[in-house]
Amino acid sequence: MADKVLMKGNEAIAEAAIIAGCRHYFGYPITPQTEVAAYMAKKMPKIGGCFLQAESEIAAINMVYGVSSTGKRVMTSSSSPGISLKGEGLSYLAGSDLPALVVNVQRGGPGLGGIQPSQSDYFQATRGGGHGDYHMIVLAPASVQEMAELTVKGFDLADKYRMTSMILADGTMGQMMEPVSLDFDINPQPEKPWATTGTKMEREHNIVNSLSLVPEELEMLNMKRYERYKVIEENEAMYEEYMVDDADIVIAAFGIAARVSKNAVNEARKQGIKVGLIRPITLWPFPKAPFEKAAETAKAFISVELSMGQMIEDVKLATNCKRPVTLCNRVGGMIPSPEQVLKAIIDVNNGGVK
Amino acid sequence: MAVVFDKPHALIDVPLHYCPGCTHGIIHRLVAEVIDELGIEGRTIGVAPVGCSVMAYNYFNCDMIEAAHGRAPAVATGVKRADPENNVVFTYQGDGDLASIGMAETVHAAARNENITVIFINNAIYGMTGGQMAPTSLPGQVTQTSPYGRDPKHCGYPIKVCEMLSELEGPEYLERVTVNSVKNIRTAKKAIKKAFQNQLDGKGFSLIEVISSCPTNWGMTPQAALKWIDEKMIPYYPLGVYKDRSAEKEAE
Repeated sequence: MADKVLMKGNEAIAEAAIIAGCRHYFGYPITPQTEVAAYMAKKMPKIGGCFLQAESEIAAINMVYGVSSTGKRVMTSSSSPGISLKGEGLSYLAGSDLPALVVNVQRGGPGLGGIQPSQSDYFQATRGGGHGDYHMIVLAPASVQEMAELTVKGFDLADKYRMTSMILADGTMGQMMEPVSLDFDINPQPEKPWATTGTKMEREHNIVNSLSLVPEELEMLNMKRYERYKVIEENEAMYEEYMVDDADIVIAAFGIAARVSKNAVNEARKQGIKVGLIRPITLWPFPKAPFEKAAETAKAFISVELSMGQMIEDVKLATNCKRPVTLCNRVGGMIPSPEQVLKAIIDVNNGGVK
Repeated sequence: MAVVFDKPHALIDVPLHYCPGCTHGIIHRLVAEVIDELGIEGRTIGVAPVGCSVMAYNYFNCDMIEAAHGRAPAVATGVKRADPENNVVFTYQGDGDLASIGMAETVHAAARNENITVIFINNAIYGMTGGQMAPTSLPGQVTQTSPYGRDPKHCGYPIKVCEMLSELEGPEYLERVTVNSVKNIRTAKKAIKKAFQNQLDGKGFSLIEVISSCPTNWGMTPQAALKWIDEKMIPYYPLGVYKDRSAEKEAE
């Protein structure tokens, strides 16, 4: 068993990225993720990498676009308001089929909002984030260990499918400290014959581009991209199930909400209520299969979120609205307590479904 | 028979989409000639803007990237930093792209003395979208969005990019040229070559502002447009070198 080190979630992301072979980081300071930039600023110059503080989030994501065009692993990180600014770049990355890793350590919104944890960028992340038809692979860690593991996984998936992987964390995940093992199997990076590395006068010129003025061609590009997305939906969905097999009530929760919910599940089980938890680890692709299956036997679902109810829509879609789904939430930087979730479980169990 | 005039290898032999009389074609050719002469096509990566020259990626034979509107200097920064020893990186941007929506990226790339070459086409109008007021449109200039003439009291004054950037410590080389006569074209080529050579020498950010014409949206014949450059544009945007840090150092 490898040695574990005590790290902040944000630092775990940064170190894991370096282990995954990322040598280029561009970012702009914003709470609560600035530790990623600080870590990179310290480490990158010592290992021949490049940390550059950009003049804006917009510039940072476009620097990412530049490095990615040359085929190298590259990342940026930010928090909610900064991710909105990156929206343009996310769309261009998708349109040009470029791989990248983008981290969103979410805070409460809208607008400047607050600096405390939130999950209210779920829609923005799982529906693409910018203009046009596209998706990002969205990974939702629920521990510092997963912050590191999903960073490595995120780079692999981004390269494999030529698209952006987003780590959708929250202020709690970014700031909390836990022991982490950084002993990863690192896969070799795939060849990138499309990259603009200079022709060396040995091949036709490569073009990285998202412009396509002929509608028939642009339609075809979109269709092809969605064929790739279908493969991802079939193969890459990840989730954790906890006491779901005999559950009458199933909680859906990710990230910090899932950790709180697990406590509530344990307490409810002690009181004899058959409740379980499905924790999506990929938010896109959303793990539909475990929800479809649970909807056959469970009587009700509860979506526990740090938002006004965003993932709940995907839970309803995945269960085909067969069972009632209620929302248990806090917003604005507040986190539901295990007691609040337990009360929601008891209410549903007592038939108090609204 | 000796060939005295040929197509540069760095320019692909396809019809350009530019309007008759537009000077983009001349400037494309100058950039391509310089790439040929320096023997850098195989390691050059160009970044195209959004605007009339958006499809420059179809014309240059080197690897090309199409950037979001105004973001070319940030994209170029990424490309350069990805492999600073090998990659020769240039952006090709119009006035709306560079001096309006992309001003922050321009100023900060210059301030960092990012080791890239910027070819800045200033024709005082948005061409691609059909002739709207640009950040460089002259006072009184009639455009689709300044139909009564640009009124500085209402929408401010044109931005003089070379003058403004010359106040920064960062950039290595800033020169304004034009291409409305054989003599001026020769000067422009020398400037563009220097801007690439500076990058090869590791000197940093070089920007060449090329005063260009837009007969279509200026509503003029090509000949009248070239004359308008002399009569209206150059008095407002004087030609010349605005910063040459290496020369300044040598003089000290």
